[in-house]
Order: sequence, then structure tokens, then C-alpha cells
Amino acid sequence: MTIAISSLTKRFDQTAVLRGIDLTINDGELVALLGPSGSGKTTLLKIIAGLDWPDAGGLVVNGQDWLPLPAQKRRIGFVFQHYALFPHMTVRDNIAFGLTVRPKAERPSKTVIAAKVDDLLDLLQIPQLADRFPAQLSGGQRQRVALGRALAIEPAVLLLDEPFGALDAAIRRDLRAWLREVHQATGSTTLFVTHDQEEAFELADRVVVMGEGRIEQIGSADQIHDSPASPFVARFMGAVVELPVTLRGGRAEAAGLDASGLERRAMADGPAQLFLRPDAIALHADPASPWVLTHKASNGAMIRATLRQADGTLVPVDLLRHSAPDLTLGTAYRLRPLTGAVFPLDGIAQAAVPLSPLKEIRR
Amino acid sequence: MSQAAAPVRAKRVLPGFTLSLGTTLLYLTVIILIPVLALILKGAEIGPARFWAIVTAPRAVAAFQVTITAAVIATLFNAVYGLLMAWVLVRYEFPGKRILDALMDIPFALPTAVAGLSLTALFSANGWIGQFLEPQGISIVYTIWGVALAMAFTSVPFVVRTVQPVLEDLDPAYEQAARTLGASEGAIFARVVFPQILPAWLAGCTIAFARSLGEFGAIVFIAGNLPMKTEIAALLAFIRLEEFDYQGASAIALVLLLFALVLLVVSNRLQAWAMRFKGA
Repeated sequence: MTIAISSLTKRFDQTAVLRGIDLTINDGELVALLGPSGSGKTTLLKIIAGLDWPDAGGLVVNGQDWLPLPAQKRRIGFVFQHYALFPHMTVRDNIAFGLTVRPKAERPSKTVIAAKVDDLLDLLQIPQLADRFPAQLSGGQRQRVALGRALAIEPAVLLLDEPFGALDAAIRRDLRAWLREVHQATGSTTLFVTHDQEEAFELADRVVVMGEGRIEQIGSADQIHDSPASPFVARFMGAVVELPVTLRGGRAEAAGLDASGLERRAMADGPAQLFLRPDAIALHADPASPWVLTHKASNGAMIRATLRQADGTLVPVDLLRHSAPDLTLGTAYRLRPLTGAVFPLDGIAQAAVPLSPLKEIRR
Repeated sequence: MSQAAAPVRAKRVLPGFTLSLGTTLLYLTVIILIPVLALILKGAEIGPARFWAIVTAPRAVAAFQVTITAAVIATLFNAVYGLLMAWVLVRYEFPGKRILDALMDIPFALPTAVAGLSLTALFSANGWIGQFLEPQGISIVYTIWGVALAMAFTSVPFVVRTVQPVLEDLDPAYEQAARTLGASEGAIFARVVFPQILPAWLAGCTIAFARSLGEFGAIVFIAGNLPMKTEIAALLAFIRLEEFDYQGASAIALVLLLFALVLLVVSNRLQAWAMRFKGA
């Protein structure tokens, strides 16, 4: 199923939740909608499911206009953030629900339904839980049942809202690998919402980064990492170091900065903002640099170094402990970014705070 | 490890477990247990043969029949109407919703005798509503229908107020999930929503039924109180008391008490069954 979304907008009272979404999802693709909370990703998912409606725009699936179609007729599998398993039904009845509610003429026979549920229980690796109630299951088990219930109707499109959000880290990793397998086995077009970059990049063929009701960037993990399309994406990807630079011949220049590791940008000369990730900066001793090492701490694997300029600006740098040079407090170092993104100053919407010294909160 | 000698006690909201339990038990004893005990002891004085004679007397049997039949009618009506009312109050937004919600408590607040008087005035042959019903051959006042009407009036909030909070707390994701799985709106109600409000609904209906069995004030005005026809059990007990026939009064009261107890047991069983899926 190919999903074509065009200039979709949606407001809740005064707030615009979606401000013109254009997105095409190819048949069989596994796509992640990645963004902070409030970016409109769940609303977009619910609109595709038919559980919410846009104010304007188009939603065409395999050539058919889906907007007038009620959720019941769309044949989508939707996995809710908190699973929404029917508490008064056993696992077996939950999974069979989508089949048993069909009108008599289309409903498979009881034996066919039972066989289908058994198959799904095997695929989900939970045949021993068939007769339990949802209240008797762990979070990871509920997640599997929720997916099984959605898959039972052989959905044309599978939609998952924060599928692993409520689970702890180890189970999350397990389920991620397993969801990938299920996707390969069923081949259904799959779209999932997450605020976790790792999850999005590990699982999805393509990642759609959303911010404040807009699509900021669509691409693979590497593309989004190496060339964020906007300051928003750069910040969201963890580029918390923002330095004012001057562009000359497509290269960023600033005191104590060695930008030779960065590609030249086809941008006009002038003031600009450089976005760097703390783990993509190398340090070289250079007495001429204004950056002085004021603090360093190790967590065993990484060393976090903090450099300070005379005006109080701080830059955090994360180095692998085993490959880091010997660092001496009070020494001046030159910053040599390995990757980074440059945006002209006037293009930055949030330019009200051009000098952000140190943001302690990291994603 | 030196601190092990002084065990840390969990803080409780109410001061002193002994004090708070003692207070509630004392209250329970004075308000509920002693009166019920007195009733049972009084009944025990009568002796089985005499007791049986009193409660199987034709007038008493008729009174029990009227009471139970009318309570069943009132409860059936409230079961449907109360559920609908709770649904409307929770699921729809409309002007005057808050007022309607507040009105729902009037049967609780209004003296039941006042309710009985106004119902009688409305449904009597020349009342606002009665004048239209009477020509159709439908008479409410002084019939068992009047008894049921008065019972329904005083007990409907029990159904509404027990179902309402449960319905409010029901996660809309359940219905959305059912919708994506292809369930029609009717199937969603029957298979997803209703089973989850069933325990509360059963509880509300049971309390409404129990309340109807014991209702007195509202009924005596509208029923006409014709022995063998529209005389309710609670009124018969009252009449026996007025005649200084304490044994007759307590025998009838004991039967009512028995009904109430049986009802509570049945209701608890039903609720336990309806909530079998909760918890491990």
C-alpha cells in the first residue's frame, strides 16, 4: 500500500498541530516518525488511522481517497501507546476480536479463526499466554498481544504509536529486533511514531523528523546525522554546541576553531551559526586558542571535557577515553569538528539566543 | 546496623490504627448493628409457627408481592434509563449539561414525601399528565404502576451515579482500537464498552432495587394503600406498629431484611463474576 499525504493541516482550537505535511510512503516500507512531544507525529498517525480528521489536505492510499472512509473500512492495524487491550477478554479473544466482529457473511468459521489465532500466538512467541487476561501480563507481553490483535485482520497498513515507549531498555531492544522480523514476515507497510532516535534509526528504512507540525527532514540515519536540514534537526540530533562563526569561501572561521574537517558549504560569506555534537569534536593543544580546558570527568568509557572562552562561553566535548590525548587543565586547545552543520544566522528562527553557552540537558 | 534496633513505622494518614478502627466500629455498631440485632431478637421471640402465620397471611403475602413486583418494574426501568442518562452525561456536550447533572441528585435531596405528593398531583386523573393518560384507560395513581413510579423516582440516581464515574474513566483508546479492528458502533458498545461498565451497572441496579424495596414516603401518597392491591410491605409493618402489634411488624420487617441480605450476596457474586478479569 502506498500512502500519499499532501498538505495536511490540523488545528486544535488556537494551536496548529500540523502545518502542511507532505509525505509519501512506499509499499512495504518501514518508516519512523521521529520528533519531540508536541511535534504532531501522533496526530498524523491518528489521521491515517481514521481516528482523527485534518482541517485540510489529502490522504490517498493506493489511489483511493481515505479521508471520507471511516476507520472501520480502512483495514489498518493500530497499536496504541498503552496497548488498549480489552481487559475483559483473554489474550486469545483479544487477538480474535477483529475477526469475530466481522459481519456474518464475511466472518471466517470458528475453526479458521482459532487456527489463525494459534498461528499468530506462535509468531508472537506467546502461545502459553493464550488464556490469560491482559491484567496478568507484563508490559512486553501486552505489547506482543497488541501487535497480534492488529495483525489478525491482515492490515493493509500497520501503525504503531510509541510502540516501546512504556517498556524498559532491555525489553525494548528485544522487541525492536523482533518487530523488524515481523515486518519482514508480513511485508505490510509500517509506520511508527517515536521520540527515541536510536529506536527510529535502528528500525526504520527511512526516518521522518518532525518538529512543531512540520516535516523537518526525511532520510536515513547517516543523512540525518551528517547533514541535518535545519537548526531544529541539528539540535534534536544532539548538536548542543552552537558557535557563532564567519563564513568565508564556504568554510566556517572562528578563533580557536579548525574547520578543515568539515566540507565546504555553498553558502554566501557572512555571519553564521555552527552546530556541533560534543562527541564529534577533536581537541589539539594550541596556545593561540582562546578555549581553555576548565574541567574534565570520566565515566569509564568517555571523558567529558569542558572548555571555556574568556567571555564565559562553554563548550562540552566528549572523547573516547582510550583514544583521547592527555588533557591538562588550564591548557588552551583548538576545536577540530569532525562533523557539523552550518546555517546562516538570518535563517535561524530561534536566533534570539545566538550564543547559547552550555546546555547541560542532553538527549 | 545500630539503627536496626529502632524499627521505622510506616506513616498512616489517620492517627492511630486502633483509634480510627475503634471509632468506625463503634459507629457501625450503634447505627447499624444494634438496630438490626434488635429486629432479629424481636423476631426470634415470636417463634417459628407464629412467624410463619404472620408472614404467610394473605394480606402480608399480597404486600410482599406488590413490593417486589413494583421494585422489579422500577429497577428494570432505571437499569435502562439510568444507563442511558449516565451515557448522555458522560459522552455528549450540550448546553445545560451541568444543570441536568445537578438535577440528577434531586431524588436524593428531596424529602420523599414531597416527591410522592407531586407525583400524585401530576398523575391523578385531573393532573397535568394524568388527564391525558386517563382517557386512554391508563391509570397510574392508586395502582401498582404508581408504586413503581414512586420507586423509580427515588432510586434512579443510584444507577446513574454508579455508572457515570466508571464510564468517565473508560479510556477512549478501547473504542478506537475496536474501530480500527472493524467493529461497528453497536458491536463496540456490546462487546467493548458494556462489559467494562457491567460491574458498576449491576451494583447500581442492586442498590436501586434494595432502595425500592424499602421506599416508603413517596409511595404512600401515590399508592392509595389498598390492602391486597397497592399496600407495600413497609407500610404494612408501619400499620402493625400503629396497632401496637410489635410482633407482626418485626416479622414483616425481618422478611424485608432477608430480601436485602440475599440481594447483597447475589449482587456481590455477580460483580465478582463481572470483574473476574481484573488482577492476577
